[in-house]
Amino acid sequence: MIRFVVRRLLQMLLVVLVLSMLVFAWLRSLPGGPVSAMLGERQTPERRAALEAALGLDQPLPVQYGKFLQRAVQGDFGVSTKVLPGEDALDIFLQRLPATIELSFLAMVLAVALGIPLGYFAARRRGSPADAGAVIFSLVGVAVPVFFTAFLLKYFFAVEWNLLPVSGRQSTGMDATRVTGMFVLDGILTREWDASWDALKHLILPALALSTIPFAVIFRITRASVLDVLDEDYVRTAEAKGLTAKVIRGRHVLRNAMLPVVTTIGLQVGGLLSGAVLTETVFSYRGVGEALATAFREKDYPVLQVLIMAAAAIYVLVNLMVDIAYAIIDPRIRTR
Amino acid sequence: MSPKRTVATWTMAVLTAATLASCADSERNDDNGGGGGDDGTFVFGAAGAPEMFDPFYATDGETFRVTRQMFEGLVGIKPGTAEVVPELATEWTPNDDGTEWTFKLRDDVTFHDGEPFNAEAVCYNFERMFDQNEAGQTAGEYWGYVMGAFSNDAANSLYQGCEATGDYEAKISISGPTSGFPTMLSLEALSMQSPKALEEGDANGIAAEGEGFSFPDYANNPVGTGPFTFGEYDEANGEISLERNDDYWGEKAKSSEIVFRVIPDESTRRQELEAGSINGYDLPNPVDWAGLEDDGNSVEVRDPFNILYLGLNPEANPQLKDLKVRQALYHALNREQLVQTQLPEGAAVATQFMPDTVSGYNTNLQPYSYDPDEAKKLLAEAGAEGMTLNFAYPTEVSRPYMPDPEKIYEALRTDLEAVGIKVNVKTASWNGGYLDNVTAGKYDAYILGWTGDYDSPFNFIGTFFGNLKENDFGTEVMPWGKQLADDLKTADAIVDDAERGAAFEKINQQIMEEYLPGLPISHSPPALVVGPGVEGVIPSPLTAEEFDTVSVGGE
Amino acid sequence: MSDPTTDRHDDQHESSSQTPRRTTYGGLRKQRIDDLATAGTVDDQPGVSLIRSAWQRLRRNPIFLIGLAITVAFVVLAVIAPWIAPWDVTARPLLDKVRPQSNPVPGPEAGHLLGGDDRGRDLFSRLIVGSRQTLIVGVFATLFGLIGGVTLGTLAGAVGGWVDSLVMRIVDVMLSLPSLLLAFTIASLARNPSQWTVVVAIAIIQVPIFARLLRGSMLAQRSSDHVLAARSLGVRPRAIVFRHMLPNAMGPVIVQATLSLAVAIIEAAALSFLGLGNPDQRQPEWGQMLGLAQPYITEAPHLAFYPAGCIIVVALGFTLMGESLREALDPKTRR
Repeated sequence: MIRFVVRRLLQMLLVVLVLSMLVFAWLRSLPGGPVSAMLGERQTPERRAALEAALGLDQPLPVQYGKFLQRAVQGDFGVSTKVLPGEDALDIFLQRLPATIELSFLAMVLAVALGIPLGYFAARRRGSPADAGAVIFSLVGVAVPVFFTAFLLKYFFAVEWNLLPVSGRQSTGMDATRVTGMFVLDGILTREWDASWDALKHLILPALALSTIPFAVIFRITRASVLDVLDEDYVRTAEAKGLTAKVIRGRHVLRNAMLPVVTTIGLQVGGLLSGAVLTETVFSYRGVGEALATAFREKDYPVLQVLIMAAAAIYVLVNLMVDIAYAIIDPRIRTR
Repeated sequence: MSPKRTVATWTMAVLTAATLASCADSERNDDNGGGGGDDGTFVFGAAGAPEMFDPFYATDGETFRVTRQMFEGLVGIKPGTAEVVPELATEWTPNDDGTEWTFKLRDDVTFHDGEPFNAEAVCYNFERMFDQNEAGQTAGEYWGYVMGAFSNDAANSLYQGCEATGDYEAKISISGPTSGFPTMLSLEALSMQSPKALEEGDANGIAAEGEGFSFPDYANNPVGTGPFTFGEYDEANGEISLERNDDYWGEKAKSSEIVFRVIPDESTRRQELEAGSINGYDLPNPVDWAGLEDDGNSVEVRDPFNILYLGLNPEANPQLKDLKVRQALYHALNREQLVQTQLPEGAAVATQFMPDTVSGYNTNLQPYSYDPDEAKKLLAEAGAEGMTLNFAYPTEVSRPYMPDPEKIYEALRTDLEAVGIKVNVKTASWNGGYLDNVTAGKYDAYILGWTGDYDSPFNFIGTFFGNLKENDFGTEVMPWGKQLADDLKTADAIVDDAERGAAFEKINQQIMEEYLPGLPISHSPPALVVGPGVEGVIPSPLTAEEFDTVSVGGE
Repeated sequence: MSDPTTDRHDDQHESSSQTPRRTTYGGLRKQRIDDLATAGTVDDQPGVSLIRSAWQRLRRNPIFLIGLAITVAFVVLAVIAPWIAPWDVTARPLLDKVRPQSNPVPGPEAGHLLGGDDRGRDLFSRLIVGSRQTLIVGVFATLFGLIGGVTLGTLAGAVGGWVDSLVMRIVDVMLSLPSLLLAFTIASLARNPSQWTVVVAIAIIQVPIFARLLRGSMLAQRSSDHVLAARSLGVRPRAIVFRHMLPNAMGPVIVQATLSLAVAIIEAAALSFLGLGNPDQRQPEWGQMLGLAQPYITEAPHLAFYPAGCIIVVALGFTLMGESLREALDPKTRR
């Protein structure tokens, strides 16, 4: 087990290192760059050259990368050029992360709370119109572009009906105390209930938009794996033995069907970032995704590097944790 | 997982939470806002986060909008105009050759930290701006732009020195007369800052770190003389708050607090305004103007202080060297229709490379007529029928002079194709190579523009054609290129205002009739919108609004 | 070239559906791909052939039929679009009615069923013709992704050994990045962005999916009876790969391609939304129309709703069809 974890961690390190190299070269091969973003109409070749020299962007790529690695080893990933100029890029990531965690967490809760029951009941009534309806509903969720879902939610709930805030994380003038950076949690910890409630209201729409794809996936996996389990011999045996439906459901079907579902949930978390870029942009929600979009638009290399590498690292880590959890739950895997 | 372990895990979790809760106490101020009485908060939706708060190193409008409320310069701009008026200096007089300027200063001004504002503080500021390390020289972009050089290259600097000739009298020397001085002192970047705070915050301690600049402490603790003082920057929620300066030397601000809330998405800003969570935002989409007004907001349209032009580069396409070809292109454009159908109301067809609010504007010039037949005829005469044009526009950008570049481009392109020109569509994103390609001369034709920094003809046409070697119009390969650059410099150095104006008028005429290095298209009015109950916004053509006169609905 | 039929991989895929779901080594995304890989290849069962049995189930599946109907309608529309559109999509018949403030988007009138767009072009015609570009983007993005993926997957699955390891590590790295982010980066790399930038960007994010899928499929083939038989008869490895393994491994790939079409259309819309679509908007494309409608979202939301509706319906059509195909080919559901 330990060997397995160590091997996987080393692999992760390798993946991140290779990625850092790719991302580094990749970004620098893009036309334009931070210098254009800083100079605007005032740009002349002369000024551009001076700025590039000052920022070390005129040096050969391997030299730049070497310096980057040297600093990165010491935990210094450079400072932002445009997202939050002068701020350490890693700090920006750490500062934005709680916002995205909060958002993703709620989105996952929504997806799970809707996806598992719906998947279970669809499977129990396989082939019925209700099943077909649920399947189509989940597929519609996948077919609608995330940013459009986000836009529709915002348009109706926030603008037309004025039920929820339009954008941002907290209302102006809340003067809330910051502890963890997760505003809802902060409000609870400091007993500033109004701040917590306000932050939660800001979260609902983006979380709903973000949950559509994980919901659809969780629904389908639940349905599929419940169907699998229903077909297994032991369930048939149990049915034949005349056990009550409730016992079969609780003891056999749900429990056994949950394994792949748990995996799915874990993996969807890793994939949430794609959706977060679009959702956070639509809702001007200051999380990692929004920082990523801004960094891209403004060609903020240091921030981009940190964010992309962190995204990959998180994805790989989540994978690893899922595998470990799985290995603990299901001994058959460990032996392989 | 065994039941025992589950229990243990949960106990741990609860304990952790309890520990966290016990050390997290509310740090709320009961007193809402630092400054005196509560006259309401003006919440402004900003399109982007400010870079930092030291205007000297700032380059973008979002930063200047914030610092403008906290800082003042020696000279100011009369609200609602581009006209220079006294601010921290009450009057100024040049010597005969326009190289030494004596500024009489206000004697009743203190910085937010209580430091007195006087001639020493002025000279401290100028020396601070002049004396930059290598990183500071590139970051202090506006100084480099207007002054030309820093202390390490003093001979090439416009600024030559500052001397406190009295407690409240400072003398600034410059290398030669220019139309831009002292107007340029109204630039937000050249504002007066507290010498003590500059010193303590190591304001010049800027350093290049990796690909960015890391700023000293001062950049986040700015101290000026203006009607508002710095409050706090809540980075997690994207909000900057400024408090009213109750010791302000002039009329006190009407609102007790201004909050800038960062909302990058345009349509979201509008929705937030409708929801009442912000009181105003900049550059509303022209499409929304009517709807915003209908909903009780007021759209404040500024006088245009910008120019959109179609740049031509004869270096990239030698056919463009022929004046007839350039004139043909100009006659092909239906600019009247473009202005009416694609630009906001109040936009105007341009007759030259500057708006009419700038001194040196030539009122006699008439717009080139829309005449496709004439265009075809001229092309035929030049032997350039069916010529190919690599014509470019930028994506991912919206500027006051071009709210939607692609739409403008589409209209221009259609007109050009109508006279038989083959247009190759070229494009790149604004930060992703467009500007690089324009300056590197990779496009035959492109759309670009300029918003004036201050009222000076040289700030427009000098920027475009004054630098012979490096300009976007490739004038170096034209026989008149050098002449034009020289004429511009000569005119700019004339001390007398009227004489200088006449010289620039003549140059404008030459540019349009004899040279035509590019095709001026239009001037567009940028707007600003504020919600119901907001009063006292004075739109500035320089998009440099000061919010001290703004009050929010009766509170 | 090493022998394609030698199993030397520790993470060898069992083709049997009875094994518990494989989870070590990567994620569900991979697992789903691998599941599909083994699905269409179990063709040595006695009785009805795979395709016929699948068709028999599909014929009675309303979900499949709905998807098929949408897809067919869309393709037909895309083909005949230029002939049925009432107006030339580049003409600007309503331009003189456009006023940025008072009338930014001309409303419906005689001859213009849905009115115009912000440049006075006929909206209805653009929607109809937009189907063609949308189809082109979807098809080519998927096709290029398929070609790339099949090449890599065949290489990995057929050669095995270090080539396999190398290819699969590259594929894993690609899969470990959020797909939209990858497309986003690739699209912004282009110096002269065009329709093809979008196509290539989306194709590249499809490559690892197809590669992994095909490799899984080929591995499953390797140990199948007919390959073993061919091998024992002394057929050359190359011939085994191209005559026996590859054709049989293509089934799942085609299912995935159907699903990929939907993804491609949606991702193209997302790229346009983020401003990375085709800069030349004369030839309409739905994703791009949706992107361009953003400034009008408050004043003229129909500019966004129509293309968005089209995208959703078409993406749904492909997804419904692909999902039911996948289910029909899945051996687990065939009992």
